[in-house]
Amino acid sequence: MHTLTAHEIRDRIKNKELSSVEITKAYLDRIASVEDKVESYVTVLSEEAIQSAEAVDKKIASGEQVGALAGVPIALKDNLCTKGVLTTCSSKMLYNFCPPYDSTVAKKLKDADTVLLGKVNMDEFAMGSSTETSYFKKTKNPYDLTKVPGGSSGGSAACVAADEATFTLGSDTGGSIRQPASLCGCVGMKPTYGTVSRFGLVAFASSLDQIGPLAKDVQDCALVYDQIVGYDPMDSTSVNREYSSFEQALTGDVKGLKIGMPAEYMGEGISAPVQKAVLAALESFKAMGADYEEMHLPLNEYALPAYYMISSAEASSNLARFDGVKYGYRAEKFEDLADLYAQTRSEGFGAEVKRRIMIGTYALSSGYYDAYYKKAQQVRTMIMQDFDKAFQKYDVLVTPTTPTTAFGFGEKTDDPLQMYMADICTVSVNIGGLPAVVLPCGYDENGLPIGLQIIGKPFGEAAILNAAYALEKTITKIKPAL
Amino acid sequence: MNISKEEVLHVAKLARLKFTDDEAEALAKDMESIIGFANKLNELDTEGVVPTAHAIPMSNAFREDVVKPSFDRDAMLQNAPSKEDGGYTVPKVVE
Repeated sequence: MHTLTAHEIRDRIKNKELSSVEITKAYLDRIASVEDKVESYVTVLSEEAIQSAEAVDKKIASGEQVGALAGVPIALKDNLCTKGVLTTCSSKMLYNFCPPYDSTVAKKLKDADTVLLGKVNMDEFAMGSSTETSYFKKTKNPYDLTKVPGGSSGGSAACVAADEATFTLGSDTGGSIRQPASLCGCVGMKPTYGTVSRFGLVAFASSLDQIGPLAKDVQDCALVYDQIVGYDPMDSTSVNREYSSFEQALTGDVKGLKIGMPAEYMGEGISAPVQKAVLAALESFKAMGADYEEMHLPLNEYALPAYYMISSAEASSNLARFDGVKYGYRAEKFEDLADLYAQTRSEGFGAEVKRRIMIGTYALSSGYYDAYYKKAQQVRTMIMQDFDKAFQKYDVLVTPTTPTTAFGFGEKTDDPLQMYMADICTVSVNIGGLPAVVLPCGYDENGLPIGLQIIGKPFGEAAILNAAYALEKTITKIKPAL
Repeated sequence: MNISKEEVLHVAKLARLKFTDDEAEALAKDMESIIGFANKLNELDTEGVVPTAHAIPMSNAFREDVVKPSFDRDAMLQNAPSKEDGGYTVPKVVE
């Protein structure tokens, strides 16, 4: 039962073929049987989940109006505030933080009558590409327990891949939804900047962060997006516009779709099996009546350095709020107020978070601001112009999501730059504020999933989801053996 | 690209972080390699290019200045590591 998708569960509950308590119990049983191997959860809400499932069943029995995803069991990344439920960002700094309010996305999914199974693991404060920087645990890739699930939303991806929730939400600053979704064979989407409210998302880099779904199939990805998209006055960067249903817009028809394949994303460093699978997918698109051709985004090699300057600078400012006064961890020993701050931050943050704060503080400090931060913002403008030009000619762009399939634990932890390279195909999308969806397009010789990325124009979610929906039909998906 | 231990300790002070000597030395190496990587941006001529701070064109988000119910003080204080009389407590700063 735990292999059902969200749309299947929604339909069966609506037709009274399945109760919310039944499906919730099936998921809790699944968690009990595989969680010691996968370790995707930071907090499991067994009792609360049963209670909210009972409430949904009661509503249905009494003929009350229920939400669009009534009874669907889900999990949220642990940087999304949930009222009365621990929200740790997988950091010692927030090990005991219990938010007094719901993030807008948590509230919307509550209003849709979903059942919250728990909160899932992540790289500390979403900084990382393997979930190894979590203070609490190392989440495993369900396809191979000796490999990382990717990051930073590694818990969100492993949880869905292991069938420990129907779908999850993650956050994506430089690839943090798409890279783990690809390494774990899920469908994931980073929506256009400003379409999903960030209110209640613990901020990493505010001009790049965006919340999005990780799901078992493209239809689920679209229906979750339908629930979380929309203007929110609580987020001053929220875009005020109307959206029609993305799920209903899925036709699977890609005739005449103009696809660009940027050569810069398929060159050196991209492994042979990944290139082969992406090219095969492009041929499938062609067989369905779409056109593709190689094109160029010459500035792509500058996206990663620009990203690390901008995101670290914004992070150093956002993370200033963690000082041991208002919430979370406080050092036991300190000399005075300034020392309370420094001691708390040094003990509460892990090595990667401190490294990023240091890089960001350096880039913003007197004498370096123009050379690094302003320079990176100028390069950001040029990269965006590159995309604008490309989208005058093409409807969507298709690239690999990651240079390789899932890598081993400890493989990239000694060299921060090596780890940053895992995001080489994804960061430019955040720089441009663009939407991108990823889905599995094949498996390597070891059975590890290969992810394909479809990038769209700003607010072009309908087009990329539909292209993904068409491609998905040509792919035979393999479930992990757990 | 050269970053000294002293520079690391200066930036650490700005960021309210503390490092041991060994940590500062390791961090200097990491920062050299990451900032050195960022120097790649200098290959591009950005003269006259307007910096982008925000991906989607939008101006200030204004709202009506109306008083609305806010969070309860106790709810806001519930996560404080140290509190007293409805406020946060910190070490004495004025003698």
